Amino acid sequence: MIDADMTNTDKVILETRDLTKHYGGVHALEGADFVLHQGEHVAIMGDNGAGKSTFVRQITGVEQPTRGEIIFDGAPVQFVGPLEARRAGIEAVFQTLALADHLNVADNLFLGREKTKWDWLGPFRFLDYKRMHKETVAALEKTGVKIPNIHNTIQNMSGGQRQCVAIARTASFHSKLTIMDEPTAALGVQETEQVENIVRTLKEQNEPLILVSHNMRQVMDLVDRIVVFRRGRIVANLDRDQTDGQDVVAYITGAKTQPEYDIDGAA
Amino acid sequence: MAEATHGTGGLKYDHSKRKRPQEFNVLIALVLIVATFEILGQVLPYMEGQSLLFDTGDRFDTIFNEARLRIIILQVAIVGIIALGVTQVIITGGIDLSSGSVVGFTAMVAMSFAQVAEVNGMANPRAIFLDQGWVNLPVVVPVAVGLCVGVFAGLINGSLIAYTGIPPFIATLGMMVSARGAASWWTRGQPVSFPTEGYAAIGAGMMPVVWFLLLAVLFHIVMRYTVYGKHTYAIGSNIDAARMSGINVKRHLTLVYSIAGMLAAVAAIVLSAKNLTAQAGMGIMYELDAIAMAVIGGVSLQGGRGSIIGTVLGALIFGVIISGFTYLKLDAYYQEMVKGAIIVGAVVLDQWRQRRNADRV
Repeated sequence: MIDADMTNTDKVILETRDLTKHYGGVHALEGADFVLHQGEHVAIMGDNGAGKSTFVRQITGVEQPTRGEIIFDGAPVQFVGPLEARRAGIEAVFQTLALADHLNVADNLFLGREKTKWDWLGPFRFLDYKRMHKETVAALEKTGVKIPNIHNTIQNMSGGQRQCVAIARTASFHSKLTIMDEPTAALGVQETEQVENIVRTLKEQNEPLILVSHNMRQVMDLVDRIVVFRRGRIVANLDRDQTDGQDVVAYITGAKTQPEYDIDGAA
Repeated sequence: MAEATHGTGGLKYDHSKRKRPQEFNVLIALVLIVATFEILGQVLPYMEGQSLLFDTGDRFDTIFNEARLRIIILQVAIVGIIALGVTQVIITGGIDLSSGSVVGFTAMVAMSFAQVAEVNGMANPRAIFLDQGWVNLPVVVPVAVGLCVGVFAGLINGSLIAYTGIPPFIATLGMMVSARGAASWWTRGQPVSFPTEGYAAIGAGMMPVVWFLLLAVLFHIVMRYTVYGKHTYAIGSNIDAARMSGINVKRHLTLVYSIAGMLAAVAAIVLSAKNLTAQAGMGIMYELDAIAMAVIGGVSLQGGRGSIIGTVLGALIFGVIISGFTYLKLDAYYQEMVKGAIIVGAVVLDQWRQRRNADRV
């Protein structure tokens, strides 16, 4: 259970109860209880194989949990696929980017939700390029993303620019929950800064976020709360203001475990 | 850095770095090929200074050798219509090997609904549906039946690929064999001849070129300015991203293959109307010529890249090369051999371009 004094009393946007995923005999995720409130930014940290990505895959519908409950926006959900999770309002930016390489920025931003005219033409309805261009520029300005030429196709862009487009896409969806899995792992300093600016923009707009990251400075800079995974279990739920890097590392490596998570006495 | 006119967030954009559209390179290739033939015409002794495109014989009061220009475009127009559909299929990352056979079967079926009742005062000896009285029908009947046959074949291709997950190569290979079989079965191998005047008019004179260019303009608009086109590119570019964006990939693929089947049917109708007859062997190897036109025109076999304009230019290159060989008085055997080499060369070029793109990022 999560400490009452560590969470604010806002509306709960996502809650998992006893969320568990076994791959055959491998217990990748075991009894995860997790709560996220409206407007809250939470980091998920842990070693490789600690269960972070497994956890994210369950709540984004990429995989289906072995056991446990997911309550999203007040109702229990069971996503059969990522598309369903997305339609419900969970937007995920994965390490492998979901962008179409041969399309330009605006096309990617509006893929699957194009602005159109003459809709009576069905699948052959016309694209409203003008409007999509205008809204793309607005979306990029809002998120502070710098792209030299939005008419350029994605394949001609750097890794950082692609990541920014993917995140700008996510941010412009007005989703109920944004999840970023290692968004800056492959980026340079300036590009990382841009991504972090987008995260701050989301915070200002009171949009909730789950950030999976290995970058301690980034986590300490950006989020309200840190949830530490170790060996498939949640071992700590830390308020950013009441912890520091060393403390978090102690939980990640297993040197420390918060008492309420110390189920079998030996983590 | 040059003037910034695009760009957001204060970043400048250097226009000198803007890439030329792919079609421009194809156009240059076309010009170079024509130039090569012109030079060969001047250099080779037996050519006696003839020109490929220009009027040197003083036979006409024109600058260009109009007769040759007509032949160049007329001989690629019908396969070009198929190539418009094949282009869309390849852009999704697929392939359609069935179009030639679909041409054969569709031509047989459409033609058998387009026959006249009497030839030279006698009952039409080739009439398939004489007993049923389905002769001298208005032209709309054979056209509608033909289009339905093509769409149906494409629908089977598309559904197999989208809903059973078998590779496009296999699905359309199956259709290639089956449709050719169906073409022979339709009349037990007999040719179908003597169409009505209305039907024959569809393929008369330069009409194949008119159909080709009209359809090219139509599908250029469709691919460039409609949701259908955008989703076709998106699927070929990154099928997972397309799926995640909420595009109904399966339904869209079915639609793309159906349209390719429909265009093969159009080609069949125009071809049979032009030849005034339909035979089960019609359209053999057309699928490969159509794929070649698309690939030469810059359509990437890996999907996501290419355009209708590119394919039209690719068809012209194709036509110029075939005409060029005739003009150089080379045997038809060489044409086939060189055609094969050009297809392979175009794919190699595409691979090389893709790798260079990948390295740059």
